[in-house]
Amino acid sequence: MPTATIKYHKREWTVESGMTVRAAIEKIGLDPYAVLALRDKKLINDQTIIEPGDEIRLVNVISGG
Amino acid sequence: MKCAKCGGVAVIGMPQHRLNLCAEHFAEWVPSMVQRTIERYAMFTPNERILVAVSGGKDSLSLWEILVRLGYQTEGLYINLGITHEDYSDNSQRYAEAFAASHNLRLHVVNVRETYGQAIPDLARARKRGARACSACGTVKRHIMNRVAYEGGFAAIATGHQVDDEAATLLQNVLRWQAGYLLRQAPVLPSTHPKLARKVKPLCHLYERETAAYALVRGIEFVDQECPFSVNAKTIFYKGILNQLERRSPGTKMQFYLSFLQAREEGLFRREAPEVELAACRRCGQPTTAEELCAFCRLWETAPRAQSE
Repeated sequence: MPTATIKYHKREWTVESGMTVRAAIEKIGLDPYAVLALRDKKLINDQTIIEPGDEIRLVNVISGG
Repeated sequence: MKCAKCGGVAVIGMPQHRLNLCAEHFAEWVPSMVQRTIERYAMFTPNERILVAVSGGKDSLSLWEILVRLGYQTEGLYINLGITHEDYSDNSQRYAEAFAASHNLRLHVVNVRETYGQAIPDLARARKRGARACSACGTVKRHIMNRVAYEGGFAAIATGHQVDDEAATLLQNVLRWQAGYLLRQAPVLPSTHPKLARKVKPLCHLYERETAAYALVRGIEFVDQECPFSVNAKTIFYKGILNQLERRSPGTKMQFYLSFLQAREEGLFRREAPEVELAACRRCGQPTTAEELCAFCRLWETAPRAQSE
């Protein structure tokens, strides 16, 4: 099964490619409203389909103020 | 997902606006939203000097960059709170300084420990209320922002509060019906004393997600660390709850906040009370509702090794 990697802070997950970024974020238990996704250091929308071998970095968008 | 303006690949979807935008058009849309907000609430004019309070985070650095792009006269203020856990304060300062240097902007830096003898963690310990460091921090930041704004002759202090911050604060205040706080929550807090600077929140119509996306799209480097004192902060908890509502019904956060502002405008929270007289604090001279010392100076009274200003 082709896979991709998602990194967030010091954590890392392997997910199946072919699903949307949003579905992957939900699958690893994060709130899609609380993070943004970058691929190759560029912002991607959460409906983007994850390709095999993708390395996606998530950035937290919620701060305590 | 396609950009509504050019049909290119969108980098962000904003269901509450029914709008998807590519990087280029999103980077144009955000400043136009901020400009409209500044005008809608008559926050300030291009002829006035604005002090932008920056923390090194995504919201305040985006705000500063947007105001510069819009042609406003700005200088920044970074307050080093002396939070040494994981080098938090010094690291945040480096981001603020790097931003100012790369944009050729003036940044004022006030180091709380160097100026007042102690830092926020010391104050929190002295009060034996470690979990309430945020309240001491707020008092210290408000005092220093006001002092620097007054001494520097700035017309207003701009902060990076966005819809998520405002809606979370609102939810907390509504849950306890804090009428006093509700009265004071607004996009513009006018100056009520010659020594009290006007406070404005030009990002108050943008979601936090959008200010973060803007920073990423514009290549603004910001500190990604969370303040160690805010890790379990109520604000983050309330933001999570509001985001759950937002997922079910896009636009809920914005509606909650804007409806409140409208209700406030219509006098729903107005009290029939006399205007509070402000007097000069006996120690620092800043306006206060207290009879002798302001909240900031009282804070140092309780700290064993406090130094006067």
